[in-house]
Amino acid sequence: MTVFEKPKSLTDVPLHYCPGCTHGIVHRLVAEAIDALGIEGRTIGVAPVGCAVMAYDYFTCDMAEAAHGRAPAVATGLKRANPDNIVFTYQGDGDLASIGMAETVHAAARNENITVIFINNAIYGMTGGQMAPTSLPGQVTQTSPYGRDVKTAGFPIKVCELLSSLDGPQYIERVAVNSVKNVLAAKKAIEKAFRNQTEGKGFSLVEVLSSCPTNWGTTPQEALDRIASDMIPYYPLGVYKDISAKEGEKE
Amino acid sequence: MKKDLLFAGFGGQGILFAGKLIVYKGLIEGKEVSWLPSYGPEMRGGTANCSVILSDEPIGSPIVAEPDILVAMNLPSLDKYESAVKPGGTIFTDSDLVERNVSRTDVKVFCVPATTLARGMGAPTLANMIITGKLIRETGAVSFDGMEKALQRVVSARHKDLFETNLKALKIGYEL
Amino acid sequence: MSEKVLMKGNEAIAEAAIRAGCRHYFGYPITPQTELAAYMAKRMPKIGGVFLQAESEIAAINMVYGVSSAGKRVMTSSSSPGISLKQEGISYMAGADLPGLIVNVQRGGPGLGGIQPSQSDYFQATKGGGHGDYHLIVLTPASVQEMADLTSLAFDLSDKYRVPAMLLADGTLGQMMEPVMLPEPQTEFPEKPWALTGTKMQRKHNIVNSLYLSPEELERTNIERFERYEKIKANEARYESFMTEDAEICVVAFGIAARISKNAVIAARKEGIKAGLIRPITVWPFPEKPIAELSHRVKGFISVELSMGQMTEDIQLAQHCLRPTMLCSRAGGIIPSPDEVLGAIRKMQGGNQS
Repeated sequence: MTVFEKPKSLTDVPLHYCPGCTHGIVHRLVAEAIDALGIEGRTIGVAPVGCAVMAYDYFTCDMAEAAHGRAPAVATGLKRANPDNIVFTYQGDGDLASIGMAETVHAAARNENITVIFINNAIYGMTGGQMAPTSLPGQVTQTSPYGRDVKTAGFPIKVCELLSSLDGPQYIERVAVNSVKNVLAAKKAIEKAFRNQTEGKGFSLVEVLSSCPTNWGTTPQEALDRIASDMIPYYPLGVYKDISAKEGEKE
Repeated sequence: MKKDLLFAGFGGQGILFAGKLIVYKGLIEGKEVSWLPSYGPEMRGGTANCSVILSDEPIGSPIVAEPDILVAMNLPSLDKYESAVKPGGTIFTDSDLVERNVSRTDVKVFCVPATTLARGMGAPTLANMIITGKLIRETGAVSFDGMEKALQRVVSARHKDLFETNLKALKIGYEL
Repeated sequence: MSEKVLMKGNEAIAEAAIRAGCRHYFGYPITPQTELAAYMAKRMPKIGGVFLQAESEIAAINMVYGVSSAGKRVMTSSSSPGISLKQEGISYMAGADLPGLIVNVQRGGPGLGGIQPSQSDYFQATKGGGHGDYHLIVLTPASVQEMADLTSLAFDLSDKYRVPAMLLADGTLGQMMEPVMLPEPQTEFPEKPWALTGTKMQRKHNIVNSLYLSPEELERTNIERFERYEKIKANEARYESFMTEDAEICVVAFGIAARISKNAVIAARKEGIKAGLIRPITVWPFPEKPIAELSHRVKGFISVELSMGQMTEDIQLAQHCLRPTMLCSRAGGIIPSPDEVLGAIRKMQGGNQS
């Protein structure tokens, strides 16, 4: 019989995330992918600045902590230094889509053979709930107290759509972790993003629509419901780019 | 002994190349040498100059402010540097492009119709080599013997075909 | 032994870095250091190395952070405005104790400034540059030969102490050609057990990090790092002493300014003025000792700089202001002439220095 246990690629350090935060789920999915592919001993993770800043304590593989937004550049260096290593970044929306947008776009354009896990919860968590580049129109945050006004604060950035317009990247998919069904789909996508790298295919990014009950001011359950009611309609789930699939490879 | 040379002209006239050739020859002759180009935002057509120092002693400042030898390949260069030449120094001009006489009387002056001569040999861009040949003849800054060796090291691999014409232009200048 | 070749300073750095085992270069175009990147772009692919033109200076220094984390020798180069952009990454490297070489071929500033040579990034280079308590090992070449030699040394020192190193040059040294004897290729490199190479399931995971949320822990890392800095100060301060044995006036200058000053010192001696020159080869650590010693017998110091006067402060500190320090400098990309320096020497010789 199958016993539910912790993935081998996660340490025993207790996670510091708030109750109901979906980072725990995504950490687990990443660790499961590493376990499934048997790559723990050659994997190097790059932690961002943001809530996942201490991810380096949670994964058993070698880890680097990057400056805010620079994880794709650090990952580029690590991968170019030792191409046999499997290098992934784990970044939030402020890190990846605001301060680190240039690094993200250019790593994708170069088709760096790395895996990017992008947590989009439409808010800055660690600094206490400021407007993110992906905050929805009208969303109330500490720095958009009257709701995000697109006339002055601009529109949210749809990362998957934007990156899929580039010739470089190999695989871009948006998933969510608000339901069992979606979590299972996310697991599949994340594993594929890692497998692509082991096969030398190139830049793979999985955007994970996530929640932040603390800064959204909701209960964990309400937060998950809001992913379905507010986030997914604005950020449709699905595969935005998959070069190998186009070439006729089977999923 | 220390000799300070200043090569000046338009970008594209081979000013830096002429300086490099002298420097390589100096190096082969066992001299201390330095070569310092002016650099600016313009790539072609602007003014270009380079400081070249040949010395028996280690070289301090690589900047030539008061040259012993000035090569002025155009009028603005002569206007700019004529007064800086050390008394007793030497000025070379391309008389096809510099439409005035050198006014200094305390320097030796050689006005070489370098562009006309270069055109005559079918290589109008080699006025720099003709004037360099003349410079070597008149100043002995470096020896003309073994110029081929220095030229080989300056002519880049992809322009090997230009070696012979460069050498020919040098000789024309030297034998003027 | 290899023969002397003529090279531009920028190219000599690049070739010396390759010979020091550097196989990873990241940069972004900026005058006047472009020859360095161009050289790397040409050579790296032919020797199995990596040349990558990054999307920005910021990305470039973080790629350096990545390669250094993996335990390999790596470098970036730029000029003043670009070096400012790299400061964040340099601070992170210092905080994570990552070695690496940063080359600054300085140009005039502040702001976009100009493209002519300068030494006005002295404070930035020697006092930290980015946020936090840290230093870089800062080497200041004064010839094309030293552009090569100090590049090798910078990699060695940086690895030895796990402190990022900076080669602080200027546009003149980058652009000029001089004969250079290139160092032999290095074949042995220090072990880096801390590097991120994958655990291979044989050890606990390594972490490269500069975050310490516990103040006690963060303080401890700072203290440990400063203990290393003390060792560097004690062992690695380098300088050249020229005609200082009987000097009454001591000129202090590094890089291109030192070459100008040498001419001036020789000229002063011809006039019977006992001038000498201390040329710092490292400006962090600053060669305090020879200056402190000289202060007991010279009339004063003259700091010759291509800035509004920055090293002046270190000269004053090194000898606790025992003797006056006169500034002889030009800024904005102008190089002081030997005559200007000679003028300063004469002034100190003749004037009442109190």
